[in-house]
Order: sequence, then structure tokens, then C-alpha cells
Amino acid sequence: MLEFSIDSRRGSFHLQVECTFASDWTVIFGPSGAGKSTLLRLLAGLDHPLHGRIALNGHTLTETAGGLRVPPGHRQTSLVSQQPALFPHLTAAANVAYGLRSLNPAARSRRVDQMLDLVGATELATRRPQDLSGGQAQRVALARALAPAPRLLLLDEPFSALDGVASDELLVRLQNWLRESKVQTVVATHDATDALAISAEVLLLRDGRLTALGPAAQVLASERARLLSRLQASEN
Amino acid sequence: MDWQAFALSLRLATVTTAILLAIAVPLAALIVLGRGRWLAAVEALATLPMVLPPTVLGFFLLVLLGPRTAFGRGIASMLGHPLAFSFDGLVVGSVIYSLPFAVQPLVAGFSSVDSALVDAARLLGAGPVRLVSSILIPLARRSLLAAVVLSLLHTIGEFGVVLMLGGDIPGATRTLSIVLYDQVEDFDYAAAGHTALLLLGLSALALVAIYATSQKRGGARRA
Repeated sequence: MLEFSIDSRRGSFHLQVECTFASDWTVIFGPSGAGKSTLLRLLAGLDHPLHGRIALNGHTLTETAGGLRVPPGHRQTSLVSQQPALFPHLTAAANVAYGLRSLNPAARSRRVDQMLDLVGATELATRRPQDLSGGQAQRVALARALAPAPRLLLLDEPFSALDGVASDELLVRLQNWLRESKVQTVVATHDATDALAISAEVLLLRDGRLTALGPAAQVLASERARLLSRLQASEN
Repeated sequence: MDWQAFALSLRLATVTTAILLAIAVPLAALIVLGRGRWLAAVEALATLPMVLPPTVLGFFLLVLLGPRTAFGRGIASMLGHPLAFSFDGLVVGSVIYSLPFAVQPLVAGFSSVDSALVDAARLLGAGPVRLVSSILIPLARRSLLAAVVLSLLHTIGEFGVVLMLGGDIPGATRTLSIVLYDQVEDFDYAAAGHTALLLLGLSALALVAIYATSQKRGGARRA
């Protein structure tokens, strides 16, 4: 369970959200500039709020009142951004192995193979990031984030470079694996079709404020109606 | 040709560059990755020797490391000899004088590494040492090479600090630059020409090495 109460300012932008995510999958939906990426970076520990507290499964990760800031690599939290940010001087396999330093070489190699297989990128193991397409790089970035067995996975528009079919197929495989592995997942997206494709709790974020929280069908009802009407119009 | 001075210059440059790298890499990483306004003061302090006249710096060091100050006397009793007018003293002076030439290229190189890569490494558990050794240094190799070459050349060619702090002791503090000065003072222009050509050749060779490396990288990017 992820609980947070965050008050953060960056320039003129003010993010103020208090929420508890109890379900396996939560989608943060909102237009560009709503504060989705800012929120994910705060949850990952890359940035720090002005005031607030973040706790995962009862363990406090950030608490400004007590000056507690668990560093990013020690929060059992992974973040995959729209930009894959693969290390350009390492192969795909070495990228995935980067966070597995505590494992012995044999176990590390097995884990790398397992993760690349999960995201359908086994054949990319020896390639360098500059030789990968956008979609392939996103798959490898996903494998790299999952390899250290996080308890919380944060995905910021992670399927933007994948085409529809590939994205759907990966999503189904990923959802099953994450549920089995008991990894809580938070996905940020501005795409209503992505948000509706994931049967999850949806948090609606606008101008740095939480405006709704509930099942996707309920929170995104107006978005769903808008998409359907657009589809009908295009069919006519 | 004064080969003793040549060997001493090379030894001074090598020792100084090794010490500079050990100081400049963590310092540049701190400046780039750290947070806080005090880091601006650190960067300014590390750059100060660049704008300070070498003779001024040499004078300050001569006074500081000499027997006039408690610090100088303490060092002398610890080492068994004063730092001023010794090879060790020259190393201290050279490290301080060449510090900006090692720090500045590294700060530029580390700053050019995409912050998303730094974030990704931190999320995967990399601490400062691993971040520098596995991400910043491999991705800023050319800046590291520039820092090494500039430190070497700057130390080989330095004159003001060496003369003030080391004097002109053969085998201990007489470097090629001092030899050149002595040769000109003795009106031995032929020998001075050879010494100057040697210094010029070393500098040109090092710069060719830097540009050759950068061309290789450019070629790889175009391919």
C-alpha cells in the first residue's frame, strides 16, 4: 500500500496531493503539465517535497518533519520514464544487470535473461542502446527497472514508443507478472485509451490537485464517452 | 640539452597529474551532482589559481610553507625538511596552480552527461562512487583526457610558481622552463631554442592526441 501526503513547489507550479493507493495498479491520469511526472519523481525519491510524507507498505520513505529521506536506490522503487535513459556505453544486458550488483554472476545472468524474456527483448541482449528502436529501448528500460525486484513500480508514459498491438501484448504479460510478484504499480498517462486499457484505480490530476479517485469506468466516464463519440464520427 | 631537467619536469608533471586526478574527479563530481549554494564558492575557489598571477601564488606558498609560519614549521618537522625549495614543495605548488586545468574540463564533461542517466543509475542503487566510476567517467572520457593533458602540459610549462617556490636547484627543482630562462640569461640562444622547441613539441603532440581522439569519436557518430 502506498500512502502519501505531498506539498511541493517548483517555480510557479504547486503540487498538493494526499492519497492512499491500495490496489495493485493505479493510473494517474491528467493532461500534460498536471504534475504527473513531478509526483512520480517525488515518490521515487529523486526530488523532495517541501512538506509531506511518503510510505510504502508501512515503511516511511520520506518524512520532511523528521528530515527522513531514504535515497532513491534504497526505496525498493523503480521508475521507467518516457525517455528510456539506457546507459549508452553498455549493452542491453549490461543495462539490465546494472541494478543487480548484490547477486553473484550466475544469478545475475539468470535474472537478466528472465527479465529480457519477460519484455520480449531476449534477442536484444548484446545490442547497444544506439542500435535499438524507441520501442525496443523502452522494453529494455522496463526489464532494467524490474530486475532488482522492486516493491513499487512507477511508469511514466512507458508505452509511448510502442505500437498498439505490441503495447497491448506487453501490458497483459506485464500485468500478470507484476500481480504474481506482488509489485504495486503506478502508471502516469495523459492518454485515455491507455488508462482505460488498464483495469485499475484511476487518480485524476489537474493543475497539481487530485480531482477524482476511483474505478476507471467511473472516473474516466466522460473521457470514454468522448472517445466513443469520436470513433462513431470517424466510422460515419 | 639538460636531460636532468627534462626528466625532472616529466616526473613533476606525472606526479602532479596523478594527484590532481585524485582530487579533481571527486571535486568535479561534487560540483556537478551536489546541491547547495556553497558549491559555487567551492567552484570559485578551485578556479582561483587560473586568474591569480603565478608569481603571486608562488609567493604566498613560499611564505606559507617556509619557516615563517607555524604551518610551514610543522610540515618541516614532520617531513624532516622544509617544503620550500624541494621537489615535494614544487608538487604542492603545481597541484594548486594546475587545479583549475583539471577541474574545469571534468566539470564541463560531467555536466554534459544527461541527467536522466544519472537519475536512472541512482534509482538502481548507485552511490556517488559508482555513479562517477561507471557512468560519469565512461561518458566523459574525452574530458578526462583533456584534464590529463592540460594538467601535464601546464605543469611542464609552469615557470612563476616553480621559480618562486623551488628556486633553481639542479636535480631537485630545476625544470625545463627554468633551464630555458637560465639559457636566455646566459645569451645561449641556440640551447634556448632547442629547449623551447622541445617544450613546443611536447605541447603540440599532446594537443594532436586530444584532437585525434575527438575525430575518432566524431567518425563513429557519423557512421
